[in-house]
Amino acid sequence: MTPGPELTYQNYLAAGEFRIQRCDQCAKHVFYPRVLCPACGSSKLSWIRPSGTGTVYSTTVMRRKAESGGDYNVCLVELNEGPRLMSRVEGVPPQEVKIGMAVNARIASGGDEGHFVVFDPAGAAHGR
Amino acid sequence: MGADTVRGRAAVVGVGLSEFPEVPGWSHFELMAQAVDRALADAGIGKNDIDGVFAVVDRASLPAAMVSEYLGIRPKVLEGTMLGGSSFVNFLQWAALALEAGLCEVALIAYGSNARSGRVRPGGTVPIPYESAYGARLVTSYALAAARHMHQYGTTRAQLAEVAVAARAWARKNPKAMMRDPLAIEDVLRSRMVSDPLTVADCCLITDGGGAVIMKRADRAKDHSKKPVYLLGVAAETSHQGIAQMEDLTVSAAARSGPRAFAMAGLRPEDVDVLALYDAFSINTLLFLEDLGFCKKGEGGAFLSGGAIAPGGRLPVNTNGGGLSCLHPGMYGVFTIIETVTQLRGEAGERQVRDAKVGLAHGNGGSLSTQVTSIFGTAETL
Repeated sequence: MTPGPELTYQNYLAAGEFRIQRCDQCAKHVFYPRVLCPACGSSKLSWIRPSGTGTVYSTTVMRRKAESGGDYNVCLVELNEGPRLMSRVEGVPPQEVKIGMAVNARIASGGDEGHFVVFDPAGAAHGR
Repeated sequence: MGADTVRGRAAVVGVGLSEFPEVPGWSHFELMAQAVDRALADAGIGKNDIDGVFAVVDRASLPAAMVSEYLGIRPKVLEGTMLGGSSFVNFLQWAALALEAGLCEVALIAYGSNARSGRVRPGGTVPIPYESAYGARLVTSYALAAARHMHQYGTTRAQLAEVAVAARAWARKNPKAMMRDPLAIEDVLRSRMVSDPLTVADCCLITDGGGAVIMKRADRAKDHSKKPVYLLGVAAETSHQGIAQMEDLTVSAAARSGPRAFAMAGLRPEDVDVLALYDAFSINTLLFLEDLGFCKKGEGGAFLSGGAIAPGGRLPVNTNGGGLSCLHPGMYGVFTIIETVTQLRGEAGERQVRDAKVGLAHGNGGSLSTQVTSIFGTAETL
């Protein structure tokens, strides 16, 4: 029995691949991974490699004491394929992450969290 | 639509608040039971009259059974649907239908929490696997919604601060409210930032507290000492659970629950005299005023300016001081109902809204995930 969509996603990440689903029936891209397409209900979903580029839809600086690691970014990124995911932008101070910023996906790993997707700035911020 | 089976068919005949905001040495069930005891006294009935229990209690996995056990009753209707903080407003719908169907005669909606003294952080749900790596907390989702609203509509932090300032001004008229010191826009802006753009003053309190509401069929609600307050409309909606799945962070599912509740009640926003909106964070009040039709989408900031929802303003909102300044245990929803009933009975003392006949109590749950709108009226609105 092949693993469910959640574990399949994790297995791809662990193998160094960021993949999301695309519905064979309605062509919508899907994230997070599911058994049924949330748009049309089809169970025929294929794993595709997204472009990895996206745009920051919203962003916040989570304030944290310096001794606990300092402030950090949490944002929502809209992939060019459509779906949105929670993540963070690395490589710039958290307050410099702006809505509309173009970003590129990268697989990170750490601690108990296994592998997960973070983003790096792709270039100058632009409005949308 | 449900109007025929809900509108004016059930009424609140008793409400009770436990001690709050800080009740050390009291468990969540004890605070629930104290609120129930006071609601029963308010209704003039005994606990054995209760034959329908609708309850969610922090950390209770079988809340309706545990409340029934604690009270020593064997109700015929047991409900514990968990929608987060909006659960209690949602219970209004099912209690009204159960009463109308004759499944029970006296419905109890109950809640208790010692979130403050027991140091229980709200929002203690199973982490979402695709989000757990990023350090998001409950406030994060609301901050993301606020940031998006500011980006999209030019809403300012000072406009958001109006919500906290208005809540405080109301709280200063409520002797039981936790926070009664003066609060100005500048104070909010200078407060410690928690998750940009929300400061600690934009975030609700964490208190202890229990609340209870007793409902009966309208035709059996008149033989109580207090004036019945009638349920005119109620509707529940959801748009997502995790914030990443919310289609538009500036539009909550209240944009759907509100119109449905108003249609059931046969009323419009301009008919509402007093509102209780679940203000877990300042952005909630702004979003719900827009989504429920009190102003246009994107105009919430301008609408709030100049103390519009504060005492003396054009629309009284969260007259008890709300979750921001009165009380907020793990889940606040039941308190929106209690304050609305208190206002429609004319028992709100210094904070009483004159001639209040129609009140709106709106519950929010999770990360703006569940939205439940209820509309109440006095006998003359039937």
